[in-house]
Amino acid sequence: MNFMVENLPYLLAGISVGGQYALIAIGYTMVYGILRLINFAHGDMFMVAGLMMVYLAADLPLYLSVPVVIILTVFLGVMIEKVAYRPLRTAPRMSIMISAIGVSYLLQNAALYATGGLTQTYPDIPWLSQTVEIFGANTKMVTVITPVLTLILVIGLVMLIKHTKIGMAMRAVSRDFETSQLMGIDINRIITVTFIIGSFLAAIGSVLYFTNYTGVMPTSGAMPGLKAFVAAVFGGIGSIPGAVIGAFVIGICENIIKGLGWTTFSNAFTFVLLIVILMVKPTGLFGEKNIDKV
Amino acid sequence: MNREISKKQRNILTASACLIVLLLVYLGNMLIPPTSGMSMMFTVLEKGAIYALVAVSMNLLNGFTGLFSLGQAGFMLIGAYTYAVLSIPAASRDSVYQYFDGGLIKFSIPEIFSNALGSMLGETGAVIGEYIGMLIPMILAGILAAIVAFLIGIPVLRLKSDYLAIATLGFAEILRAFFQWNALGSITNGSNILRSFSTYSTPLFPVIISGICIVFIILLINSSYGRAFKAIRDDEIAAEAMGVNLFRHKQWSFVISSFFAGIGGALLAMFQNSIASTPFTSNMTYELLLIVVIGGIGSVTGSIIGSFLFVACSEWWLRFLDAGSFLGMDFAFMRPGFRKVVFAVIIMLIVLFYRQGIMGTKEFSWNGFIVFFRNLPLKIKNLGKKHKKNTDIEKEAR
Amino acid sequence: MKKIISLMLVLVMVFALFAGCGSKDKEGEGDYAGTIKIGVFEPASGDNGAGGKQETLGVQYANSVTPAVEVGGETYKVELVNVDNESDAGKGITAAETLVSQGVSLVLGTYGSAVAIAAGPTFDKAGVPAIGITCTNPQVTEAANYFRICFLDPFQGTVLANYAYDNGMRKAYCLSKMGDDYSVGLVNYFVEAFKKLGGTVVEEQFEQGNSDFSAYVANAKKNGCDVFFSPVSTEAAALIINQADAQKLGMPILAGDTWDSNVITGAAKGTDVEIIVTTFYQEGGNPEFDEGIKKWIEEDSTNLANNGGNTDLAAVTAMGYDAYYVALEAIKAAGSSDPADILAALPSVTYEGVCGKVVFLESGDADRSEAVVKKCNTETGVWEYVATQTVEK
Repeated sequence: MNFMVENLPYLLAGISVGGQYALIAIGYTMVYGILRLINFAHGDMFMVAGLMMVYLAADLPLYLSVPVVIILTVFLGVMIEKVAYRPLRTAPRMSIMISAIGVSYLLQNAALYATGGLTQTYPDIPWLSQTVEIFGANTKMVTVITPVLTLILVIGLVMLIKHTKIGMAMRAVSRDFETSQLMGIDINRIITVTFIIGSFLAAIGSVLYFTNYTGVMPTSGAMPGLKAFVAAVFGGIGSIPGAVIGAFVIGICENIIKGLGWTTFSNAFTFVLLIVILMVKPTGLFGEKNIDKV
Repeated sequence: MNREISKKQRNILTASACLIVLLLVYLGNMLIPPTSGMSMMFTVLEKGAIYALVAVSMNLLNGFTGLFSLGQAGFMLIGAYTYAVLSIPAASRDSVYQYFDGGLIKFSIPEIFSNALGSMLGETGAVIGEYIGMLIPMILAGILAAIVAFLIGIPVLRLKSDYLAIATLGFAEILRAFFQWNALGSITNGSNILRSFSTYSTPLFPVIISGICIVFIILLINSSYGRAFKAIRDDEIAAEAMGVNLFRHKQWSFVISSFFAGIGGALLAMFQNSIASTPFTSNMTYELLLIVVIGGIGSVTGSIIGSFLFVACSEWWLRFLDAGSFLGMDFAFMRPGFRKVVFAVIIMLIVLFYRQGIMGTKEFSWNGFIVFFRNLPLKIKNLGKKHKKNTDIEKEAR
Repeated sequence: MKKIISLMLVLVMVFALFAGCGSKDKEGEGDYAGTIKIGVFEPASGDNGAGGKQETLGVQYANSVTPAVEVGGETYKVELVNVDNESDAGKGITAAETLVSQGVSLVLGTYGSAVAIAAGPTFDKAGVPAIGITCTNPQVTEAANYFRICFLDPFQGTVLANYAYDNGMRKAYCLSKMGDDYSVGLVNYFVEAFKKLGGTVVEEQFEQGNSDFSAYVANAKKNGCDVFFSPVSTEAAALIINQADAQKLGMPILAGDTWDSNVITGAAKGTDVEIIVTTFYQEGGNPEFDEGIKKWIEEDSTNLANNGGNTDLAAVTAMGYDAYYVALEAIKAAGSSDPADILAALPSVTYEGVCGKVVFLESGDADRSEAVVKKCNTETGVWEYVATQTVEK
């Protein structure tokens, strides 16, 4: 029992941060599935969502600022796609990836300018920030809520993709970009919807993440973003359940490693996992095999 | 009118241009005191030369071989640490490695050479010896980076484009964690900074070293290896069909690029006088990549121009944007950080509208240089007309 | 479109060149015989941004009180040249070079020992003296031109260790930030002193940019420690306090001078985390100074924002104030604005400041043997004086 109480905090933290990574990872995996683009700016968008919350909550009541943040983040995601990715769609893959890195650089620097380089304290969200006791371990309410909320959202998303017309179109586009276009699918609309979903989940992820770890700084998004991407690769890029499982694995392992005292390697572990999975099964747990055509 | 210049003339021109530049740097460094505003020029020159070397080495991979690698910061880290660890004078080791009982290594290569030559030739000998001694750990820095690249390359180079990018990025992060590991502290000083190692005293040193390295890379690009690299970039499958050993060539490109990144890291360590693993994050690689893009992917000249522009803008020319006043007027929005936003916007504009960058895939040539200046008056005359013509065409298209 | 953008870019570059090269020299303004420039080498962004801004405030306030200095019978205006070193050792070097290239007579700063250590050789090379305000790591003054007016980490670490041991704490959890010479150094000296007294320690480090401290707090609890020692930057501190509150840490948090800031009191207000710090100054130590600077901060919205939105004084602000006067004393003693003369005059300068007397030792360090111990009142969110500690050398 004592062992449980001592080690439960790590498991709880791992599950909670895993859920938050999962919400970001879905954005990565969906965009990659359709555009074959690592959206390097996705992690930074997550950070920008956090910052917007800090500034909005100073003036607006919470029940207004949370939805406004979500709407603004979605808008930002769609705008980034329109301005930075759409003009380059026919350009070589490398150009569009560089554009993504450029957007990430811009968002980070803009955040640096806005915050003056200082860490901003995320507002307390009443119920979520409360301390609760689970089997003798103290933690924030958000730790418990995150995995539940993540699962609900993911199930909803999978239903959307499996059973609606737009979901079917999304699957078609991710399978074959050109052909689906020929079949009369409005590619631009599908891509916009993808970015809407990705940004929406990233915004929710940011609310949960920053309620738990209350400091928002311009570089806050970079590491969670990379980890979420690794989670997406681990699960098989393009696969939503894969990304979620990958995210939970990374979140839990990372905290166990910290608990064992190997704190130096807690970030590096994620990348070791990435390289191992790329060597052993490059398509990830649930990914489909791609063949290069001449 | 369009007389081409011969190869011999070209070589003479290049050599004399190099000499003039070096002479100017030397004279400038002698004449301009460090407290004048122009002294920032030398900071930019040194850092720009170092970045140019690393950017060209990255271009060799990304632009000439078509391998989208994001591991450059990791190899620079190896180079910087190798150099620093081998060049800290024995007397300073106790204070640098204060948490690790003075560290494991108790000698400094520049010091050994300096003492040896100093005892033979006196004062000047000691200085010459130190510079020779600095070259050796620098080359070792490159070699170690190359060895690590060779090992990493075995698994990683089989991956396709974006997977390669993210895997190399991952390796760079792992390397960083490794160098911060306290268990290796008696060599790497854990996460604490390494300092007081031997460093150059004239801006000529980084300029000459990175110049020599860049010439090597240019020679490589123009050799049969370079042609194979370009073939891989343009079409892997076609290149393989033509008998190019894909993996071997990718590996060569990766290893050579990392070798020069390692040397660049060693130079950066000297430039900074101290080195720690924290700044070598993926952001550093991103900056280098943006330099390559600004200059033009696939152009060595472009990468060189790009790095000097990048360094000059970020460290010198655009600093006024942070200062709060511009042309005598005060602007509240110009507070610290504004420089970086403007800078990032410019980069985005280049990425979106000038995908070719400054040079595209073109290189500097004396012929092009002469023709450009001969046609300059004509071009300026046509500038207005051309713009008009373009808008006309756009109108018609609508 | 392309042409217009390229034209705009060229224009920006050209303007930038003018602005960059044409450093304006407004010589002989008004009644002054000329200006003397003092470089303020402080972080305004990055991990130490908040602390750096508060330290700068002290210097700026002192400058507003005494904007001129008399040298050789003539009055010179003192101009502060600010540069942001971004709390980054690499960027700090070019920032230091920027200061040197603007012709400053001497340099004040920086908050955060790591950047000071990195920039030391740059000031040495240029022959410009630097006065560290609150960089407590011993290595800072190894650079020949670096002086400092604060106490040192071996001293501070011992004070903290004594305090912990005297209050019945026997096992300490020590957390430092990787690559941060300040926290690594202070933890090192604390551990040395604490072990000598008979205590045991658990040491851990976190990476730069880390914001998830839940596992560290859990580790401290799991190891059954009596005290959580984490002398890290204020940015990380706020997150640690937050986690400690959420997980009900149940042991006091002990820290060094960086934590003496209203960022900490803000984060700790309304929680039940016990925080104890050692520092340089306690509000109320010099009522006249307190009143003046509070009024000055309140008058200007930028200053108020830089101080974190209220007028609670941080010790680093008081130290910044003292540092400015030490710099003026040095200029007076040198009788010139030439960095070399000031460098020669600095070792013999003495000054009685609001944080005590500054006398330089041969090493360039200040001779200080007192530290103020404070405790955070979590109900009101203010620092309360506990004791003044000294250590026998």
